Amino acid sequence: MSVQSPVEPESDLAPAPRQPRRVGFSQTLSRWDVKVSPYLYISPFFILFFITGLFPILYTGYVSVHKWQLLQGQGDFVGFDNYTQVFQQKDFWLSLRNTLSIFVISAVPQVIAAILIAAFLDQNLRAKTFWRMGVLLPYVVAPVAVGLIFGRLFADQSGLINSWLGVFGIDPVGWHVDPLASHIAIATMVNFRWTGYNALIFLAAMQAVPRELYEAAIIDGAGRVRSFFSVTIPQIRATVVFVVITSTIGGLQIFDEPRVFDSAGAGGASRQWLTTTLYLYNTGWSGQYNLGRAAAVAWLLFLLILAIGLVNFALTQRIASGSSSGPGKKAKKQSRRYDANRKSA
Amino acid sequence: MNSIPAIEQIAGRGAARAAARRTNRRVGGYDRRPHWVSYVLLGIVVLIGILPIYYTLVIGSSDPVAIAQKALPQVFPDASLFDNFKRVIDADAFSFWKAVWNSVVIAVVVSASTVLFSTLAGFAFAKLRFPGRRGLLVFVIATMAIPTQLGVVPLYIIMTKLGWIGHLQAIIVPALVGAFGVFWMTQYLEEALPYELIEAARVDGASMFRTFWSIALPAARPAAAMLALFTFVAQWVNFFWPSIVLNSQNPTLPLAIRLLQQNYFVDYSLIMAGVFLMTLPLLVLFAFAGRQLVAGIMAGAVKG
Repeated sequence: MSVQSPVEPESDLAPAPRQPRRVGFSQTLSRWDVKVSPYLYISPFFILFFITGLFPILYTGYVSVHKWQLLQGQGDFVGFDNYTQVFQQKDFWLSLRNTLSIFVISAVPQVIAAILIAAFLDQNLRAKTFWRMGVLLPYVVAPVAVGLIFGRLFADQSGLINSWLGVFGIDPVGWHVDPLASHIAIATMVNFRWTGYNALIFLAAMQAVPRELYEAAIIDGAGRVRSFFSVTIPQIRATVVFVVITSTIGGLQIFDEPRVFDSAGAGGASRQWLTTTLYLYNTGWSGQYNLGRAAAVAWLLFLLILAIGLVNFALTQRIASGSSSGPGKKAKKQSRRYDANRKSA
Repeated sequence: MNSIPAIEQIAGRGAARAAARRTNRRVGGYDRRPHWVSYVLLGIVVLIGILPIYYTLVIGSSDPVAIAQKALPQVFPDASLFDNFKRVIDADAFSFWKAVWNSVVIAVVVSASTVLFSTLAGFAFAKLRFPGRRGLLVFVIATMAIPTQLGVVPLYIIMTKLGWIGHLQAIIVPALVGAFGVFWMTQYLEEALPYELIEAARVDGASMFRTFWSIALPAARPAAAMLALFTFVAQWVNFFWPSIVLNSQNPTLPLAIRLLQQNYFVDYSLIMAGVFLMTLPLLVLFAFAGRQLVAGIMAGAVKG
């Protein structure tokens, strides 16, 4: 880190006058520099957010109450017609069912698997970094690639999974025909990419748990499993909430994987794996070219994410506080004592 | 934790963390190596992560005619890998090199600008005192919860009016800086940049921007590297928004790979060779920088 002292004061706001040297003016400049700079530095984010974030969200509401075709552009004000039309579409309800089903099938096993993997990583392993990197590897594979790979693995006729099932004498599963089977296949893709990532997030939280708590648990006669449930889980519950919320937001927006699951990309012959985001895309950009209705879908999807996010939040809070309002406090006290011990050591 | 900050100043955060771990181990008696079952189970997890990528290589290297005739999928890579690469590169549906170029331009420009603007904002939020600071920071964090899909329709309309549909700026401009980056750099600089350094620079007569450029930016380097990595990966794999604003004449790599799938006869050797080509740069990046990526996720989780 090089700390250079500039010979002359300089400013990024205006060229500083050199001759004659007016101390008063450069002081004024410097005061302005201090006052204005912070706002200048944070402005790129806010300007961009207002143009590409906030304004579009409000504008989505505006578009959703108008007739609005991709090519013709804005039409008449139609009130909530777009919304009622969306409600009348069978595909919309199918897409909701599929999204929720895929979300549940993916999120629940994913969070459980991630916590378990993290618990295994949270040991005094040899070659720690190797294992962490190994677990994270799928994260760098693009969802589109994952979709294509698993679309092939789960192929109905000659797919690897069905061949393996055949070895065990199980009849081939119609991964691209049966709704539930297709949801499982797509959930598998999501889990493939995100389980390791979430495991590392859990691992980070677990590493922050004071080791003394485990010692105390062992002295109290707790085995590995017991100390996992009584020490680890309560201690990382903030992270559990965080992961559940982020995977809810992500899970309800699934698009890439179902889009490439077959070559048509429309969500299956009878819309078995049409997700709401895919439905939004089909409504706006492929097939119907109806941006007004797409905007209505966007708002409905947002409300759904918000609702499920809140339910999740409430649930995880209740589970967390129900099991450990006492231990949480005790743990805090213990960790404080632990710090004190270390200080004196 | 009295000895740890001292180590951190002398030998850096990594050494400090290692020291903390050693202390943990001594105090907690956690030195015992885990049971071999742990290695086996983790090995299976890693294997599950590698298998699909390996499978891509196997199919991508196979002869398209031969693979169609085999009942059970083959186990080892075949000889046609480079022939299939060549077919991807020469594909009629799109220009492969243009797709590569587009993906590289988008990922590099967005990563660079995200790091620069995020560090600027992070520096202001972490180290400068100004009215409204707390509230604005809370606002930034709150925006992270908004799903991207909500704004796609009007954003598309805006891009149409600007005449940017089919051009890279339609992807680059909205992604120039994001809430996550601002939050990430704020968190990091709050810890990593002592006020004394800033004051010293100010006393020496450095302007605010000069202070940022010579003091904050170098201090932010480790966090900036991670942010750049994450942004690069996110842009490289990005599909939803590009599939709306770009077209087959001017695709990114994920869009190009998708085009391979849309033939009447689905040629899996070709598709998987394309998938492998697209994934290869990130695998190479991961081999060199995976350690940082891991450290980044771990660090972000503790704070977030």
